[in-house]
Amino acid sequence: MKALLLRDLRLAVRAGGGFGLGLAFFLIVTVLVPFAVGPDPALLSRIAPGVLWLGALLACLLSLDRLLALDHEDGTLDLLATAPLPLEGALGIKAFAHWITTGLPLVAAAPVLGLMLNLSVSGYAVLVGALLLGTPALSTIGLFGAALTVGVRRGGLLLSLLVLPLYVPTLIFGAEAARRAATGQEAATPLLMLAGLTLATLALMPFASAAVLRMGLR
Amino acid sequence: MSLWEYANPVRFLRLSAKAQPVLWVAAGLSLSLGLLWGFFGTPDDMRQGSTVKIIYLHVPAALMAINAWFMMLVASLIWLIRRHHVSALAAKAAAPVGLMMTLIALVTGAIWGQPMWGTWWAWDPRLTSFLILFLFYLGYIALWSAIDDPDTAADFTSVLCLVGSVFAVLSRYAVKFWNQGLHQGTSVPVATGGRTISDVFFYPLVLSMVGFGLLFIALVFLRTGTEIRQRRTRALLARARRGG
Repeated sequence: MKALLLRDLRLAVRAGGGFGLGLAFFLIVTVLVPFAVGPDPALLSRIAPGVLWLGALLACLLSLDRLLALDHEDGTLDLLATAPLPLEGALGIKAFAHWITTGLPLVAAAPVLGLMLNLSVSGYAVLVGALLLGTPALSTIGLFGAALTVGVRRGGLLLSLLVLPLYVPTLIFGAEAARRAATGQEAATPLLMLAGLTLATLALMPFASAAVLRMGLR
Repeated sequence: MSLWEYANPVRFLRLSAKAQPVLWVAAGLSLSLGLLWGFFGTPDDMRQGSTVKIIYLHVPAALMAINAWFMMLVASLIWLIRRHHVSALAAKAAAPVGLMMTLIALVTGAIWGQPMWGTWWAWDPRLTSFLILFLFYLGYIALWSAIDDPDTAADFTSVLCLVGSVFAVLSRYAVKFWNQGLHQGTSVPVATGGRTISDVFFYPLVLSMVGFGLLFIALVFLRTGTEIRQRRTRALLARARRGG
């Protein structure tokens, strides 16, 4: 498992595996928003939590088709399916590696971008916390979408369509927590809901994805 | 005699051929009767005027949009557990019907909402849930058409239907949390048994609901039959090619 994790991380960082892509996309979205809606600090401050969450979600979506497609092309996936390590575990590790290479940089970049969007001071801690709690759910749900579309040629559009409605609850709870904190309200409820959602997807999605992959490889 | 006998495509087609005329006639009768009664035989509402009459399209369509997904869920489960092809094909056949029902509910809701709420669309929990349901239908249909091998496609879409159902329910509660409702509560609460709608409007409504339900069943029978025959044609063509 450790070897697989290290391998995925190395591949992502070295071979131009889109390590910077998600981060760059996140940066572009948040930097372009003030140009699109105008530089009014009050307005920016009001929409900042939502924009940051949306940017993180789209950046995550962008990198999903790489999650399994490359391994499917070169046959690694077949090897993993027949390896002694259960496929569920292998997929969980792959989602974890995806989170480290896309989710974690987004979480780290969010406060800086929040500064540019004039996010109110009370919002930072909860925004980072919510992203930290929510992005693993984005990765694991994305894993399921990637497993469904792994054999489909040019499945990127299909993947986005499938994953889009699945992302809705995560986005709602995450953005709600950040927004409540930014406006000085209590944010514990959405944070707890978000944490529950993430734990549930962490527990169930690797199994669903592995089931789908086995069906596809049969 | 058990229900599982109809998992045999031949038996299913025989049943479908026998049941369809009855279903179509019953659906046509109850729909036309319910709609005509509803549109012309009921008085205008005190506050909503004649716009209230769109209820005879809106509510049954919304009801069937949800039930169609539920039927697909059951059919997917049967496919995953017992691997009857008819079941998978029935789920496939129901999806576009459900999509259209969702669309009808959304469009009639918008047409009613414009004069009544003063807006075509609001990010109300019910409206938003239906939009999400619409996206689920789209994704489901797109996944069916994206995968070439029919059995794999059936497997994948079944799992998507299961996972999607969980997330659809989750979204329903998430959007409630996210925004307050503009949509009125149900007029026919099943749980409490009481109802907040006058009998004058209620009976034609029930008739249209029955009509929409029968129409849905008839359409699913028809479309499943088409799918079965299509698959049989494909198998025959493949055999002919191999032989010749």
